[in-house]
Amino acid sequence: MNSYLLWIPLLPLLGFLLNGLGRNHLSKNATATIGAGMVFLSFVLSGFAFGQMLALSHADPGANHTQVFYPFDLLRIPAFTIPFALRVDHLTVLFLLIITGIGFLIHLYSAAYMKEETPPHFARFFAYLNLFVFSMLVLVMGDNFVIMFFGWEGVGLCSYLLIGFWFKNTAYNAAAKKAFVMNRIGDLGFLLAIFWLLMKLGSVNYGDVFGQLGTQLTPTDITAVTLLLFVGAMGKSAQIPLYTWLPDAMAGPTPVSALIHAATMVTAGIYMIARSNVLYSLAPLTQTIVAITGLATALFAATIALRQNDIKKVLAYSTVSQLGYMFLGLGVGAYTGAVFHVMTHAFFKALLFLGAGSVIHAMHHEQDILKMGNLRKYMPITHITFLLACLAIAGIPPFSGFFSKDEILVAAYLANPLYYYLGVAGALMTAFYMFRLYSLTFRGDFRGTKEQAHHLHESPVPMTIPLVVLAILSVVGGFIGIPAVFAADAHWLEHFLAPVFRRGAAHVSEGAHHLSHSQELIMMGVVTLLILLVIVFSVRKYSTYTAGEENPSGLARVLYNKWYVDELYQSLFVQPLHQLGGFFKNFTEPKIIDGAVNGIGKLVSYGSRQIRLVQSGQVGSYLLIMILAIVVFFLVWFNDLHLQRFFQKYF
Amino acid sequence: MPIQYYIYFCLALFSLGIIGVLTRRNAIIVFMCIELMLNAVNLLLVAFSKMHHAAALQAAPQTTAGIEGQLFVFFIMVVAAAEVSVGLAIIVMMYRNTHSIDINFLNRLKN
Repeated sequence: MNSYLLWIPLLPLLGFLLNGLGRNHLSKNATATIGAGMVFLSFVLSGFAFGQMLALSHADPGANHTQVFYPFDLLRIPAFTIPFALRVDHLTVLFLLIITGIGFLIHLYSAAYMKEETPPHFARFFAYLNLFVFSMLVLVMGDNFVIMFFGWEGVGLCSYLLIGFWFKNTAYNAAAKKAFVMNRIGDLGFLLAIFWLLMKLGSVNYGDVFGQLGTQLTPTDITAVTLLLFVGAMGKSAQIPLYTWLPDAMAGPTPVSALIHAATMVTAGIYMIARSNVLYSLAPLTQTIVAITGLATALFAATIALRQNDIKKVLAYSTVSQLGYMFLGLGVGAYTGAVFHVMTHAFFKALLFLGAGSVIHAMHHEQDILKMGNLRKYMPITHITFLLACLAIAGIPPFSGFFSKDEILVAAYLANPLYYYLGVAGALMTAFYMFRLYSLTFRGDFRGTKEQAHHLHESPVPMTIPLVVLAILSVVGGFIGIPAVFAADAHWLEHFLAPVFRRGAAHVSEGAHHLSHSQELIMMGVVTLLILLVIVFSVRKYSTYTAGEENPSGLARVLYNKWYVDELYQSLFVQPLHQLGGFFKNFTEPKIIDGAVNGIGKLVSYGSRQIRLVQSGQVGSYLLIMILAIVVFFLVWFNDLHLQRFFQKYF
Repeated sequence: MPIQYYIYFCLALFSLGIIGVLTRRNAIIVFMCIELMLNAVNLLLVAFSKMHHAAALQAAPQTTAGIEGQLFVFFIMVVAAAEVSVGLAIIVMMYRNTHSIDINFLNRLKN
């Protein structure tokens, strides 16, 4: 592996160390320069790596151009060896670009967004962001599951630190803890999968597990391992039933939400399954479960998003929903489609969050969309970019979301038409809630206070540059994956990723039938038309919204309360655990543990108090005891042979 | 004279000492009783020593076997003399401090 590739993860780590250690000495400008600069350099290096990979693929299309860096063994025992190894291949390089590219834009944006913080906190923020990027880079660059797990835990830690960044607010800390605990539940699955692989194969290297050695696995092993890995992905990528942490993660500063939702963290689960595509393709049961879970999450989260009034909560549920689509894609074997959607989603979701941040910034930390309105007049750049992102996520051609979502839906149709219809229903809901959000925020009349209206302003340039860049990417990002129906062989991404997915895809395409081009075109047209209708309906309905109309009842009320899932978890898991904890605290701890420890102490002190009575101070009593003792000894040894002989001799 | 007489006598003497130590409160009398016990033991030592020596002489004239007991008596007397000097000094000091030589009064070390 070229040594410059090592600097891709090392530079953000360096930035973390510099900012973290020097947080009390560095000025804000220096901090921002270090933080954003390191990620930018990393991005440039990723660009080089990408260019190199592109040239190699061009010269020798379809071949595997994996580069591995293997300096030492992490663990070496007779049963197995775990190497410390990094790899860069087609899939990794794509993720490197997404992570560092979008990461850099978010860093740039944060420099302006967080400028109200004091320098030490500002530096702390950038240090955490850099550590986050570093962890994610380690995650995608690892050459075995253990290194991936390191990165996996790293992003979990960083999400905890960043969600609870404003640690003086108890609710934010609770949200951070929730994210951490939920992720831990998933991580347990991942860890068990690693143990399983070590037990059966004695290796966790991708090359071994997906290669020759992997053929030693029985179908049961593969199903179990893939299911356990999927449990890990559920936690990290917020799928039912472990999704509730993601909406709560909105407690963090908005750039953090963008980073978690777009470039890092939640895509980790997708990456992991895409990486393990060989195993997943061999486990049809797991694939079905993945697809169904993904679809259920997509629909479930979309219904919740219909009735949320917090700008970030809507986006959070839309992320959960879009992640559901990605898992649907993975479940039906459309690995390229899932990765494609990760990429386009990263563009438009980062844009949406940064746009939301811009709005929140202008509204002085007001997040309720019912109190906004008509912001297009005051914030033209934010408005235009936000609109483009909404169109992209809704799936209007030729925006990026259309291509990736279409690819997943077509693959879903081939697997099971029901998946397709439900997926389309979800897409319609997506269009509806996104344009509800858009209309309530940017159209109609302003519903905030006079003071807020007075201060409305477009965000500063460092915040709008990332918006514009991301908007351009959201618009054109889809053209790297044009489906065959428009132009034969134009799906660049599929060719690029083919070396990674070839084996996994081979299992899927066996016996799979293809749609005719006319059928596919009709489906696309109908769906696009439906989405447009929904958008028009949504915009018309919510553009004329006036305050006080919202009084949810019936189903709307249930949706507003997020199906009461949090309450359900509260009563099912949290309360019993609290009660168990209370039992341990109030009974086991004081009665059993303290009782045993204190009991021994009490016994000793009671005993010594009794024995102390013997020491009365009366000389006479001491003497009496002495003499009695002598008599006792005499009686004890009365039968002694020598005494007996003495008595016999003289008496 | 048979050895039993010595044994009975010493037993009586020793018991008198014990009874005196246990019952009397005057420190000097307690002290004297201790001396009584010591001397009862001394007497018994001498008696047994003489007996063994006499038996040894019968077997081999000129022998010194069996006289160690009498030697020990002198050791005991020396130690007892030293003990008496220390003990009496303590009693004198006690009297100076408390104007009493009642041993039951000496319970200050209690607790």
